[in-house]
Amino acid sequence: MGSIERISGPLVVANDMFGASMYDVVRVGTGKLIGEIIKLEGEKAIIQVYEDTSGLRPGEKVVSTGKPLSVELGPGILSQIFDGVQRPLTAIKAKSGTFIKRGSDVEAIDRKKKWEFHADKKIKRGSHVGEGSVLGYVDETGLIKHYIMVPAGVSGTVQSIKSGRFSVDDTVAAVKSGGRLVKISMVQTRPVRQGSRFKSKIAAEVPLITGQRVIDTLFPVAKGGTAGIPGPFGAGKTVSLHQLAKYSDASIVIYVGCGERGNEMTEVLTEFPELKDPKTGKPLMERTVLIANTSNMPVAAREASIYTGITIAEYFRDMGYDVALMADSTSRWAEAMREISTRLEEMPGEEGYPSYLPKRIADFYERAGRVETLGGSIGSVSVIGAVSPPGGDLSEPVSQGTLRVVKTFWSLDAALASSRHFPSINWLNSYSLYLGALKKWYDENIGERFEVDRASAMKLLQREAELKDIVQLVGEDALPDTGRVLLEVGRLIRENFLRQNAYDEVDAYTSLKKQDLMMNAMLHFGEKAQEAAGKGVGTDMIMALDVVKKIARMKELKEEAVEAEGKKIISETDSQFKKLVAEHGIEEEGVKS
Amino acid sequence: MKFEAEYRTIGKVSGPLMVINSVKNAGYGEITKIRLENGEERLGQVIETTDKFAVVQVFGPTSGISIKSTSVSFLGETFKLGVGEEMLGRVFDGQGRPKDTKAAYAVEKKKDINGEPINPVARRMPSDFIQTGVSSIDGLMTLVRGQKLPIFSSSGLPHNQLAAQIARQAKVLGKSESFAVVFGGIGITYDDASFFIDNFRKTGALKRTAAFMNLADDPSIERILTPRLALTTAEFLAFERGMHVLVILTDMTNYCESLREMASAREEVPGRRGYPGYMYTDLASIYERAGIVEGKKGSITQLNIITMPGDDITHPIPDLTGYITEGQIFLSRELNNKGIYPPINPLGSLSRLMNNGIGEGKTREDHRGVADQLYGAYARAQESRSLSAIIGVEALSESDKLYLKFGDDFEKRFIAQGDYDDRTIEQTLDIGWELLSELPEKELTRIKREHIEKRHLNYRVKAEAEKEKEKDMKKGVRQ
Repeated sequence: MGSIERISGPLVVANDMFGASMYDVVRVGTGKLIGEIIKLEGEKAIIQVYEDTSGLRPGEKVVSTGKPLSVELGPGILSQIFDGVQRPLTAIKAKSGTFIKRGSDVEAIDRKKKWEFHADKKIKRGSHVGEGSVLGYVDETGLIKHYIMVPAGVSGTVQSIKSGRFSVDDTVAAVKSGGRLVKISMVQTRPVRQGSRFKSKIAAEVPLITGQRVIDTLFPVAKGGTAGIPGPFGAGKTVSLHQLAKYSDASIVIYVGCGERGNEMTEVLTEFPELKDPKTGKPLMERTVLIANTSNMPVAAREASIYTGITIAEYFRDMGYDVALMADSTSRWAEAMREISTRLEEMPGEEGYPSYLPKRIADFYERAGRVETLGGSIGSVSVIGAVSPPGGDLSEPVSQGTLRVVKTFWSLDAALASSRHFPSINWLNSYSLYLGALKKWYDENIGERFEVDRASAMKLLQREAELKDIVQLVGEDALPDTGRVLLEVGRLIRENFLRQNAYDEVDAYTSLKKQDLMMNAMLHFGEKAQEAAGKGVGTDMIMALDVVKKIARMKELKEEAVEAEGKKIISETDSQFKKLVAEHGIEEEGVKS
Repeated sequence: MKFEAEYRTIGKVSGPLMVINSVKNAGYGEITKIRLENGEERLGQVIETTDKFAVVQVFGPTSGISIKSTSVSFLGETFKLGVGEEMLGRVFDGQGRPKDTKAAYAVEKKKDINGEPINPVARRMPSDFIQTGVSSIDGLMTLVRGQKLPIFSSSGLPHNQLAAQIARQAKVLGKSESFAVVFGGIGITYDDASFFIDNFRKTGALKRTAAFMNLADDPSIERILTPRLALTTAEFLAFERGMHVLVILTDMTNYCESLREMASAREEVPGRRGYPGYMYTDLASIYERAGIVEGKKGSITQLNIITMPGDDITHPIPDLTGYITEGQIFLSRELNNKGIYPPINPLGSLSRLMNNGIGEGKTREDHRGVADQLYGAYARAQESRSLSAIIGVEALSESDKLYLKFGDDFEKRFIAQGDYDDRTIEQTLDIGWELLSELPEKELTRIKREHIEKRHLNYRVKAEAEKEKEKDMKKGVRQ
């Protein structure tokens, strides 16, 4: 036990701390504020405190818990909202009202609630189990079975196991491990700064389907993959992340609101319980865990929130689930690191950030991945991190550190956002490095055409951008019809495929199949239009075709209607062009005369 | 009463900071009273404390402070403001002392000026439309109760005029609830301060206003306190007295400058452009004190003015602000030079909470579509303008010419209005329709068909003509 020697903002120096270890959690002062040791100097410990330190005085006690910063994991964690160090905000509200009071000591997981534990039928007395082996499950929400696993450091033969109604602290199984009997309850703790173990990483070759056309078709991310989404304010980062949290086909979603707006978390909290999972009709909240450490909450807890989030994600991954973690925004996390580093008077690196920033970013994203778990199943954690570069300038350290490690890059564009083109992902400088790895999956599940169409679409959009530069100089009338038609088809794709309305019931989510049909219809039209333009048909006449409106409105079609309608559109395109070329094409006239 | 030890152990005075030696246990953030030889008293705050010394930041000038004869006592608590309903109608200085008269006001409660973070679970989503009477705001970047929406301006632009107009006209339709204005002047000139006070007086709003004034020549360190005093008062009025409070903080740029001044006095490692690395967190602790919470009647809406240094929106002050606030109202020098008041450029402006406050039952069913279409058309008009600058108006296509005209009309009729012109949302949207009706109907792709048929001038003219006809026929029958 030590006492406070110095206080400066969230940083506290305590003396007489000999024996404490790095990253041990400590309780600081009479208010028992939560802190973590981040530096040791002789018998002095430097502590970052996760709560406001106002009123704290030198001389007050500091007690080490002897444990690293950890999270508690067990049934009751889903559909919860926690702060950066896993304190449940709903329970805190019940206890202390509208404002968050300091030293609120509330259990992360409800201790009183009873859960029906179903022991795994294969596990009997005498079965051998190890870390990560599944002992049974609890139907935590209608959507998710919460598997109870053997915690780290335990391996041996099962002595007893029983189904029944238990609270999380009750013993559900006993395992003889290393000569001692270990009682296993439904709750386990894991240190947050350390990735949990798994058997092996395996290739990420299944796409995380998000229902967002520009992402799924052009710049997909794999399950177990990483994506960075940088953009200036107002470019729609948060709306994009919300869309992903709502519609991506992960089993579990962990949403970390890291140093962002309070009202945004409120929006998630009001919207998600109302949104239904398309497959089961259950509220989406039942598969979601929220970590909210808003910008006005203590800065050290913001630094921890990212780790809290990913540790919870790994826990569900170990059960064999596909987990998606959204972090909004990693820049605020980096800034929290910077603030603490400055107070430690460390030598600053670029822009005042600590020199270990790139390493911390890389470590974080490296905890993503698709793995074979210790329990023998396959699970994944996909990580999507928003970056808020000052002034939208990507040369700053957080953006650069992120771009070096993530394999998908969605570049948000202020110009697109201000013309209300959402999602404002710029198609010319975004990229996905998963295309090759995912090809097999697309070929088998959607068809080989999908890949081919993607490549043609990218080429067309690139060409369109070049032509637009020319038009800026000479005006559209100076282009030949083949060029003008290409511009029109480009616009058709931009306005009706890339642009997607998050607030429209049908348009908000598009299945891969529908995306494929839409893109194919647009490209087919583009081909025919080029052909016709080559035969001398004017652009205005081509774009006045009846089928154009139908293609543009494909996004409004219900999923079940798309297939039939898609076929109809292709054949109408063919017949209308045939007629148009016959009536107005030059070649035909040439033949006649 | 607690015994207050007086320390005469000042070790160092540098800028606004003092080091007091032999202080064993000053609380972090504790308030100190500094007594000069001539009896004058100043306030200070502990910004670093150890078991040997404490660093105190002085709110006010350090002139006259002497190592020999000045004494310091620690008051045992953090900075608290006595709040009460009687603060309405009064003017305070930047430290919260009455400035208009010496008369005291009834203190109902003492509150820590740093407040506490609102639990995100306790927030309610803001959704009550505030009609400001300014078309561009109501129509395109709708303000809702509990929102924080700054005005991004530049020196020489009429942001004060606009803020005063909003304060004067803002109302929630169909409701008469008690409201209040809390005004925080941060480093503003005497002229600006009296402009606001006169304005409030003229419209009778002064008796519902509490004003905190830190003027340009007041100590800059005091500017750290002023917005916090204003917000503490606002929180009391909103969450304990059920009032709807509009907080106007001007100018947040001055606030940030003094934050920088303080950081460099503390010899901290500077971040971008010399501003401290924690400026984001610090600004958030101000802006996030807006909102509506469950179980309480009142609300806090913030309208903060920021003058962008060098008209640069990527400067750290507007940049960090934009990342925290729920949108921004962007004033444009170009529009101002064209003589358009208010010179709000919709393309740089945004209200993130707009969707929650508009639509049927709140404003009108066609609001979203009209706003999107006006945005789209005005963006297109800008393209046509830049194209015409290169190839000349004559070479423009017909549709570009139409958009060019639309752009001019939009600025003249929709954006421009008088500073006493209080338009209803109906009027605003109807002007929108008149402008959109200049465009070919097939261009209106962002509006629902049924709304076009109901509101588009072509249909309205037709419908009216038919009505006339019907009337005539009826008349005919009667005759």
